[in-house]
Amino acid sequence: MFDYESLKLIWWLIIGILLIGFAVTDGMDMGVGSLLPFVAKDDTERRVVINTIAAHWDGNQVWLITAGASLFAAWPMVYGTAFSGFYFAMMLTLFCLFLRPLGFDYRSKIDSPKWRYNWDKALFVGSIVPPLVFGIAFGNLLQGIPFNFDELMRVYTTGSFFALFNPFALLSGVVSVSMILMHGGTWLSMRTDEHVAARSAKAAQVFAAVLVVSFALAGVMIATTIDGYVIQSAIDTQAYAQPTNKVVTIVSGAWLNNFNSMPILWLLPITGFVMAIVAGLLARFKPGGLAFTASALSIAGVILTMGVSMFPFIMPSSSTPNHSLTIWDAVSSEGTLNLMLIVVAIFLPLILCYTIWCYSKMWRTVTRSEIEENTHSSY
Amino acid sequence: MINETLVELSRWQFAITALFHFLFVPLTIGMTWILFIMEAVYVMTGRVIYRDMTKFWGKLFAINFAIGVATGLTMEFEFGTNWSYYSHYVGDVFGAPLAIEGLMAFFLESTFVGMFLLGWDRLSKRQHLAATFLMALGTNLSAMWILVANGWMQNPIGSEFNYATMRMEMVSFSELVFNPVAQVKFIHTVAAGYVAGAMFVMSISSYYLLKGRDVAFAKRSFSVASGFGLAAIFCVLLLGDESGYEVGEVQRVKLAAIEAEFHTEPAPAAFTLVGLPNEETMETDYAVKIPYALGLIATRSLDGQVTGISDLKKEHEVRIRGGMIAYDYLQKLRGGEETPENIASFNEVKDDLGYGLLLKRYTNDVINATEEQIQMAVEDSIPPVAPIFWAFRIMVGSGIVMLGLFILAFYFNARRQIQDKRWLLKAILFALPLPWIAIETGWFVAEVGRQPWAISEILPTFMATSNHEASSVAMTMIAFILVYIVMFILEMWLMVKFAKQGPSSLHTGRYHFEQEEQEASPQLRQDKY
Repeated sequence: MFDYESLKLIWWLIIGILLIGFAVTDGMDMGVGSLLPFVAKDDTERRVVINTIAAHWDGNQVWLITAGASLFAAWPMVYGTAFSGFYFAMMLTLFCLFLRPLGFDYRSKIDSPKWRYNWDKALFVGSIVPPLVFGIAFGNLLQGIPFNFDELMRVYTTGSFFALFNPFALLSGVVSVSMILMHGGTWLSMRTDEHVAARSAKAAQVFAAVLVVSFALAGVMIATTIDGYVIQSAIDTQAYAQPTNKVVTIVSGAWLNNFNSMPILWLLPITGFVMAIVAGLLARFKPGGLAFTASALSIAGVILTMGVSMFPFIMPSSSTPNHSLTIWDAVSSEGTLNLMLIVVAIFLPLILCYTIWCYSKMWRTVTRSEIEENTHSSY
Repeated sequence: MINETLVELSRWQFAITALFHFLFVPLTIGMTWILFIMEAVYVMTGRVIYRDMTKFWGKLFAINFAIGVATGLTMEFEFGTNWSYYSHYVGDVFGAPLAIEGLMAFFLESTFVGMFLLGWDRLSKRQHLAATFLMALGTNLSAMWILVANGWMQNPIGSEFNYATMRMEMVSFSELVFNPVAQVKFIHTVAAGYVAGAMFVMSISSYYLLKGRDVAFAKRSFSVASGFGLAAIFCVLLLGDESGYEVGEVQRVKLAAIEAEFHTEPAPAAFTLVGLPNEETMETDYAVKIPYALGLIATRSLDGQVTGISDLKKEHEVRIRGGMIAYDYLQKLRGGEETPENIASFNEVKDDLGYGLLLKRYTNDVINATEEQIQMAVEDSIPPVAPIFWAFRIMVGSGIVMLGLFILAFYFNARRQIQDKRWLLKAILFALPLPWIAIETGWFVAEVGRQPWAISEILPTFMATSNHEASSVAMTMIAFILVYIVMFILEMWLMVKFAKQGPSSLHTGRYHFEQEEQEASPQLRQDKY
């Protein structure tokens, strides 16, 4: 159906879509969890907040699982290198992710303020640490990770955990977290009322502003201090996946090359900015659907901006640039990419259909009175 | 050279996290159908007690499900974090069923579990039943895909090694899916999950019956579980995945280890019921044998032979020597000597490449391995016999005890005498851990029996790890153990609390602990249905 080159390109897009899907759905839950202690002042309000996502958090989390598994299937070298290279960061994320399923499900099962208060803290940690670590990880990706392969294609990563916390990576962490908090804020202001909605709208405005500023700063750093990577040798896009057979150099400002050669791509960062501003401006108004949509578009813009600026790189190697992983040479075989494309083409639309059905069935403004009436059957 | 400590720690960490995850998954698999059956009765008959049953057992299900989801995340991360060479070497094949699992099964299961738990007031009866069904379907499909992946580790068909990319690549998806090992594994494993679900409901119902409270509720739950469980335990035992041991070289090795068959016996071989396998003398001391039984069970024939370990080792030695040649050609090909002759010669011996890699534990210079190193690799090619021998017997023993219990439970339940058989109710209550003992030992047999391979005959386990400092993995392993202990305590505490409280925890006003309350304020507690 498609040749190998097209499949490689399509899979770059699919991974991007899965990441955006993750950020827009599970990221929304993480935003909600992170805002939980700040927008809800008593137990009933907290349950209002949690019950806006109670029926959906688990399905949303599958975006993360599927994005991970798709990396495994489509970009196995990226999966192995990134997950082992960021070992402690990944483990930290994982341990924090444990807190959400348990927190959502166990919190309201026991009617004790202390029990619930502790789970609220757990939900906060479990919600804010993963987007922070993911942001920091992507900030490091843009700068390159020290790794190389031996003759049997075994990967050696040499970076340290603490080296991850450099200024640009921390800035990326801020971009990521503010994106998630803006998104969670627009969701909550749409699905709750009274004080919770008002506080959430305010949070959405504040973090939309933080996002705009931090994203702009990151852009400035990309243009000035953060070096990009360029493939200097001819690359055979139809060839087997052999990431060690090319020549790559580090070039200042190279992460802007794609935008300069295809100016229409500037629309992506512009979407990130403009939609964040729109989300902030509309956050206070009911119905909140517009602000939420704008926020989702802003997230997509930010993620795509990063993907496009690195294209065709996925994981540049700072220690051995020639071993950098790109969408042309770090991928699965043609047969596997083809098969998985068919699977995605069948199931992704199906998933979207039943997910939308479920959201529409559960759609309502969650109020204090609802929680008070259903105290034993809600989360 | 290989860092043995790192390999051991990586294996332990994976084993701990997988075994822990697998405490919760089987119950989820089994409970989903039990919940569906209960709810289907409710929808068909309109009897509210069946809705209460679905809701109450659903509450316990949710407590278990949450921790299953949390610990499942680890499995998704761990291949990449701790087994990065594995990820590279087989991701092209192994990653596909995992990704399909996500797209086809996890989304379904996880999206509708939310509807199941929180959609009671927002969905019509039939819609809710459909949600429950889709949740169960998703759960079982997810088991199928993960077992397709695991079946491929045991019997890696449908794939081929590509020297250019230095990895296994998929050549036939249908072979991967219809792998006979995966098929029997799927039936065996989900049926074991059904047994766990049934035993769980039956044991807790027995507790209420012994206490004499919520009897109508407990009896109905018991009925559903005993019928479902009886069918499931027959499935587990009769379609035990031993039938899958005929295919695939490593499955043959595993079978020899399970039976401690050190030397090939003339067909049909006797089955060693118990005994003390002694790996040094290569004999089983004090063996109690049943004539002909092994030949019949394992080969389903009177003339099929079960190859003994000493003969398997001889075969492996030949394969290791072949693997040294394959490794030689591989180096030439990757070194740029891609002549048609070299490619042809490599293709002739490349099936032995994995055996050659076994030598990597002792030398980097595989081509010039010494006789001594070859002999050590031959010894490595057989998993530890005694633990597998015993684990298998514990598994089967638990299964047979459970079969007895399910038959008795079903019989007395059908005769409506179950409430009077207190000895049986007590036995069932105390038998609650049996499915888990059988399941965990079964995992042990399947995965330790696969050693020394991560992927049978293709990738040795010791090569499959990431390149971490052993201390890094030690740290995370300790963290896993501590965090999992805390999670387990929380889960068990909630589970026991709600199981003891019983259906009263639904606050409908209809059950044991609410009877007094209800009299005090009937109007508040009235059911709106």
